[in-house]
Parts: sequence; C-alpha cells; structure tokens
Amino acid sequence: MEAAMGLIRRMHPKKSQTALSALLSLLPHHSSDLLSQVDQPLQVLCDVDCGKEFILCEYNRDADSYRSPWSNKYHPPLEDALYPSSELRKLEIEANEVFAIYCDQYYEGGISSVYLWEDDYKEGFIACFLIKKDGSKTGQGRRGYLQEGAWDAIHVIEVGPEEEGAAHYCLTSTVMLSLTTNGESSGTFSLSGSIRRQMNMDLAIADGHLCNMGRMIEEMEGKLRNSLDQVYFGKTKEMVCTLRPPAEVVMRLPNS
Amino acid sequence: MAEEEYPDVELSDKQKKEIAKWFLLNSPAGEIQYVAKDLRSVLNDERIYNEAAQEAFPLYNKSHIICLEFPDRSGDVLITSYNELDKNEYLDPRTAQVATVNHVKQVCTEVRPAADEELPSPYIEDFRCTLDAEILKYVGEAYPKGICSVYCVNGKDVEGPGSNFELVVVISAVKNSPKNFCNGSWRSVWNIEFKDDMQMLAIRGKIQVDAHYFEEGNVQLDAKNECRDETMFQAPDDCALSITNTIRHHEAEYLASLEESYSNLPDTTFKDLRRKLPVTRTLFPWHNTLQFSLTRDIQKELGIGK
Repeated sequence: MEAAMGLIRRMHPKKSQTALSALLSLLPHHSSDLLSQVDQPLQVLCDVDCGKEFILCEYNRDADSYRSPWSNKYHPPLEDALYPSSELRKLEIEANEVFAIYCDQYYEGGISSVYLWEDDYKEGFIACFLIKKDGSKTGQGRRGYLQEGAWDAIHVIEVGPEEEGAAHYCLTSTVMLSLTTNGESSGTFSLSGSIRRQMNMDLAIADGHLCNMGRMIEEMEGKLRNSLDQVYFGKTKEMVCTLRPPAEVVMRLPNS
Repeated sequence: MAEEEYPDVELSDKQKKEIAKWFLLNSPAGEIQYVAKDLRSVLNDERIYNEAAQEAFPLYNKSHIICLEFPDRSGDVLITSYNELDKNEYLDPRTAQVATVNHVKQVCTEVRPAADEELPSPYIEDFRCTLDAEILKYVGEAYPKGICSVYCVNGKDVEGPGSNFELVVVISAVKNSPKNFCNGSWRSVWNIEFKDDMQMLAIRGKIQVDAHYFEEGNVQLDAKNECRDETMFQAPDDCALSITNTIRHHEAEYLASLEESYSNLPDTTFKDLRRKLPVTRTLFPWHNTLQFSLTRDIQKELGIGK
C-alpha cells in the first residue's frame, strides 16, 4: 500500500485518475484504502428537480446513486437509500445555502455542495464541504488568463459530541488544482498539484456548528492557497532557475 | 455510505505489463528508479516487471536524454534517438566512440572507437565539430549542470557543397534533489537544416522544462515551447557562432517568459481559480449563520440582490 501511495505521489497530478484505476486493478483487495486516500477530481451531476448542479463523492453515494443536497433525492432514484436525520438535514440545507454564497465570494462562480451524516461510531456528525471551480476562459475564468484551470476542494470535518458548551472539530482538507496558460512566445505553461492538510480545533458552539466549520474551512483554504502558490509553485520556479539561471545571475557567478 | 464491492477480475499478463510500462514511462525526470522500486512491490511479479522494464526503459531514457558516464570515466554519452546506432549502442561524436549501455540499469557498460562508416564525412564533421565547440562554451556558461552534443541526423556522408544536410543540437540539464523532494529537468532540442540550395539555415527549437516538488504533496510543472528562426549558410565557424547566438537568444527569452508566468501567478492567473479574499476585502461573515433567515441578512450585508 505504501508503494502504491509512493507511485501516486510521483505520477503527474493530471494523470491521477489513470494511475488510480491502474492501481485498483493491480490491487483489488486494497480498493477501499486506495479510494479513500487517493485524491480524485470531482464529478458533477445535475439535479433534475431544480436544475442545479451538485458534486459527487463517497459521502453522498449509495450503491450507484448520488443524493442531491438541493432536493435530497437520489439520482438515479434508489429504494431503501440512506438519508441524514431530519435534524441534520435542516443543518445541511442551511449549510448548502450559506456555503454557496461563500463559494461565490471567493470563487466568482463554481459549484458547491455540503453533505452531513451521523457518525456510526460515536456521537456527533460528519460534514463534507466540496467546491469545484473551472477557471478556464471557456469556463468561469473571469479574466481569461487560463487555457485550462481547475480547482477541486474537499473538506471533511468530524464534529464530536457537545461537552461543556464546546465540541471538537477535526478538519481534513484536500485541494487539487491545475492551470495551463498558452502564449505565442511563451508556449505552454502548466502547473498542477494536490495537497492535503489537517486542522484540529475545540470551539464553543455558541456561534453554531456552521459558523465554526465555515471559519475553519476559510482559514484552511487561505493557507492552502498561499502554500500552493508560494511554497509549492515557488519551489518549481526555484528549480527552473537552478537549471538555467537568468542571465544577470550567471554573470555574477565565479567561474567554476 | 454503502459497502464497496469489487469483482475479482484477474488481469492478464499482457495487461499487467502494459500497466507496469505506463508507470515507468510516466515517471518524472530522475525518478524512474524510485518508481521502479514501488512498482515491483505493487506488481509482485518479477517476470512481468522485467518484460515491462526492457520495453519501457529505452523509451524513457531517450525521451529524457539521460547522460551516462563511460566506464573509465573519461567522458559521457547522451542517450537520444538521434545518436542511436542500435538499440543498445549510442554514438558520442565528440570523442568518436560508441557506447554500449544497459537501459534498465541506466549504466554504460563498454566503449569502443567508432567505425568510419558510423561517423560523418570530413566535410560534415567540420560543421558539426565547430558547432559542438561553440555550443559547449555556451552550455558551460548558461547551465551550471548542462550537457550537450551535436549530431548529424541527415546527410552524414555528404562529401562537399551542393547537398543539404541536417544537424541536431541537444542540451540537457537535470537537477535531482530527492532529499529535498525536488527534481527537475530542462531539455532543448534544436534541429538545424542546412539548405545548400537556398544558402540558408532553418532552425527549429523545442524546449521542455519539468519540475516536481513532492514534500507532503505533489506539484508538477511542465512547460514547453517551440520556436523557429533562420540564418545564412556560411563557413563552418561563422555558422557555429550564428547558430549558437540564435539558440542563446531564444533560450534566454524563454526563461524570461517562464519567470513572467510565475510572477503573474499570485495576483492574476491564480485569481481565476480562487481569490485571496472576497471583493469586500474582508473575511466571510459566518457569524450571521445562527438562524435560517440570516441567509438573507448575509446577502444584504454583502450587497447581493436575490
């Protein structure tokens, strides 16, 4: 399994789907581990009742059907399917509405979905917040810089039971992104990557679960965006300049 | 969530081999040996691995222009499709030797002097050799760890003026820092067609830059560019200078445009994916989510109409 994860880390992020299906066919007995640990770009379906799109993931799937957070119905329809309790469903509805506004504010478009469900093992619940943004100029890229651009974010929060007015929140976030620019003189420039981080916090629930979860996600996304931009992309830039230093630098280097 | 169910479909040997080849061929620069190690563990079948390796390694080595040292360490040879004499034999025109290599182990096992028929004619060699010397100087200045070579890919037996021929300049720079979880490579290939009839040189360049950073994550850069230029057909010395200057100019320009792409990232390109902050320049007002109806309040606060 470790070797499988090693392979995934080395393959180009854009080829992660091919890499994952290759590994699934070589290691069928590790399929559930692989599926939960390997990041995959998000897929989307359209809710036939309200015409809004929703994101597919393991958390709204039952058999081969997916539950829409807008209508709470499975697509395609499924009998005896799993649903969140009516309490959770209320919170889920509100979460979807608010998160859609958050999504619009930061992503200027994009598709969002939130799914909640009871935790089988302990009191409390689990929430999954998903965002999918197509930033290409043919998609929703406002400024038209990107030939191709995709940002997929998956935030899974385990919320513990309420104890003395507070609860424990464990957030695991995964961001997958890719961007490609194409220019006359610059050719094709393509960066892609994925990172996953965790954050744990104990927060008072006076402000409500949604507020706590929302703030954690906002903070995490900000950190991930900066990290990707400065650290990760920055390192690749450093590498390029190490391979072929810009002219000014070369002239200052002593002859070696 | 429902339980997963996966049918136990047994893959055929051929299918396993193709998958193994895919992983090997898609390894980033400098990482094929690491990929090979993980792959063998996952595949758990030495015979299939070996078959896949025999087919994948030569392709990978040529496309990544790897550099192998001679057994006596007196020099090295580049592995490319331009200097391949036979599937394990590669010509090094600078030292007029032919190297035999083991692709899977990525080592040069022996070296012998090249036979006359394997080398270009003196007329061609004049052009090739002077260009090689100029390129060597350029690469030494511009690339801290660059290697290069010039090969004749067409018309190597041309005896004198009156015929066209073609040379290829190959430049490769690789930096592997596995301890820092970072690897990268720069490969440029310049095709130069010497058109005797039109007394000019048609130059076509392809540059490919890759970088991979994978400390607690996985980020890859792949950038490529193609360009064209032309210059006059002159005596070997003048051609060499002119070609090298053209290459130097285009490569420096490309590096500058790469830097520009990077500097545009934080504020422009990235913004099309996700802004740093909303237009309001403040964090999202989550505190207004206590009650249902407050969705409307948030919208009012943010000034969005419904």
